Amino acid sequence: MDQRNKKPIIQLNNIRRDFQVGDEVVHALRGVTFTIYEGEFVTIMGTSGSGKSTLLNTLGCLDTPTSGEYYLDGVEVRTMSKNNRALLRNRKIGFVFQNYNLLAKTTSIENVELPLMYNSSVSDEQRREKAIACLKAVGLGERLNHKSNQMSGGQQQRVAIARALVNDPVIILADEATGNLDTKTSFEILVLFQELYAKGRTIIFVTHNPELSQYSSRNIVLRDGHVVEDTVNTNIASAKTALANLPQTDD
Amino acid sequence: MNFTNLLKIALRAIGNNKLRSFLTMLGIIIGVGSVIAMLAIGQGSKQSIQAQISEMGSNMIMINPGNRDKAGGGVRMNRTDMQTLKNEDFEAIQSKCTRYVSYLSPIVSGSGQFINGNNNYPSSMTGVSQDYLEIRKLTISEGDLFTDQDIKSSAKVCVIGKTIVDNLFPDQENPIGKTIRFNKIPFTVIGVLTPKGYNSMGQDQDDVVLAPYTTVQKRVSAITYLNGIYASAKSEALTNKAVEEITEVLRTSHKLKEFDDDDFSVRSQEELSSMMTSTSDMMTKLLACIAGISLIVGGIGIMNIMYVSVTERTREIGLRMSVGARGIDILSQFLIEAILISVTGGIIGIFLGVGASYILKFFLNWPIYIQGYSVVLSFLVCTMTGVLFGWYPAKRASELDPIEAIRYE
Repeated sequence: MDQRNKKPIIQLNNIRRDFQVGDEVVHALRGVTFTIYEGEFVTIMGTSGSGKSTLLNTLGCLDTPTSGEYYLDGVEVRTMSKNNRALLRNRKIGFVFQNYNLLAKTTSIENVELPLMYNSSVSDEQRREKAIACLKAVGLGERLNHKSNQMSGGQQQRVAIARALVNDPVIILADEATGNLDTKTSFEILVLFQELYAKGRTIIFVTHNPELSQYSSRNIVLRDGHVVEDTVNTNIASAKTALANLPQTDD
Repeated sequence: MNFTNLLKIALRAIGNNKLRSFLTMLGIIIGVGSVIAMLAIGQGSKQSIQAQISEMGSNMIMINPGNRDKAGGGVRMNRTDMQTLKNEDFEAIQSKCTRYVSYLSPIVSGSGQFINGNNNYPSSMTGVSQDYLEIRKLTISEGDLFTDQDIKSSAKVCVIGKTIVDNLFPDQENPIGKTIRFNKIPFTVIGVLTPKGYNSMGQDQDDVVLAPYTTVQKRVSAITYLNGIYASAKSEALTNKAVEEITEVLRTSHKLKEFDDDDFSVRSQEELSSMMTSTSDMMTKLLACIAGISLIVGGIGIMNIMYVSVTERTREIGLRMSVGARGIDILSQFLIEAILISVTGGIIGIFLGVGASYILKFFLNWPIYIQGYSVVLSFLVCTMTGVLFGWYPAKRASELDPIEAIRYE
């Protein structure tokens, strides 16, 4: 595998995460081990209760594992303080959520600027420039000053993706990023992700939709807190073609 | 996140909920406004009382016969009828109390009917010396005051106030040089006093007829004692020393032994002043308390709205945390929002309170005095209110779990 000599971005080693629910201990992750290298487009799949949300929270440095080792871009995360994890999220991770999570009544630019607001080393001008560049990259150059409630779901998700890109993260974490969108818009968003992948971005896409695995370079399947499948997809389908082949609707 | 950005975020949050923010501010506006207005009213009335007292002569000392602190057995007499103050006492004070006393006048009064032609008016005649004008801060508007010679000769001359002029000379004629009769004794009017109006206790200060005290003693009341002595201290600060000095001189002059009670009383205006201002002080404190309570209620309003705001924006908080906001960033964001609401409310409240005070002053003629400290104080208090009542909701927001917050519905 030619990717094996690339730089590892995420290294999970026997990650366990237990939750105390009443008197019972729930084992959400029971020893997950994998490594994700720079430039990979990984889909993580699993039914509900498989532990994929917990895994995503762990990868996003929102949650810390009970045991095991997690290195993000070479940094040990598990023993980090809350504030340091916040700093890590700010500098190295871009989140895309299912329900976009844009700030209400706020323009696209300001939404995209948000992560850089918490980075005092970025000046006001740089912040604005970067935000505009990222919005152009997701095809929203014409809608810089549209407010979030004036845009369609697909456009809002594009703003969210621009926001995830603005801090130049080492990894983009998408959580059911197409879950709230119709088929056509979903494919448009997938096209965008494939473009980002083509530019060398590292993407982790968590979904319960098994069809999406054909568009990624690698697919990890979780069940009951274990990795049950980890396959590399050498024959990546083009989302663009799929979009073109969609049956035309007359509306 | 730097302060400017935090301020922008807070301003936006307030702007997104204009009506709600305004209603929240209203509690603070009313609280601060009423604190300022109440203090202005309280201070104003206190000052007007003090001004009226000093108009009466702030360093005035009243010496009366009899001991007011001790009611003796047997028949109690009206203190002015006691005969313990004599002309010799007046002379003793005049000659010995020179260090702290500047003016001194005996008081002898007799009441009766004043008659001029077919006009008559019941009033009283006060026998005094020339110093009386200085002590009571009176001035002559027309004519002259009587002289030492008039006092020596018990001349039948008098100086009258405006109320007397109005009643005895209704035809606007000049009273100077005219003869009026008081209990059948003719007096020549030699002067008219400048009108002073009513004092704070509702007494007509122009209903006055002044004559030499010797005249009133010999020709009107036929007595040899004095009804009282008025003195004035060299300055307000020296009033207490003057009182002590006079007491000492009078005790010697009355040959009182060490353990004998005074058979006279010496009072200063200061006692009267403190008695009257203590009432208005009480009122001020009471009003300020009520206003303070309304500030607390306003603060609770802020706390309530901040809670709603935090709950409503749980997802926003979660998002901010996931893109790198630390607890302290979230805490400052909500705290600044609370402070901004309370400070804006406070500033509006200050204008409202000052405005309301002036409206009362101009339309109702209430005495108003706005003290700088009350403005500064209420501003500080409302900032504190913002910090105190905004702290808990902000703290709670900063302690939210980002995982739960971001998925909050």
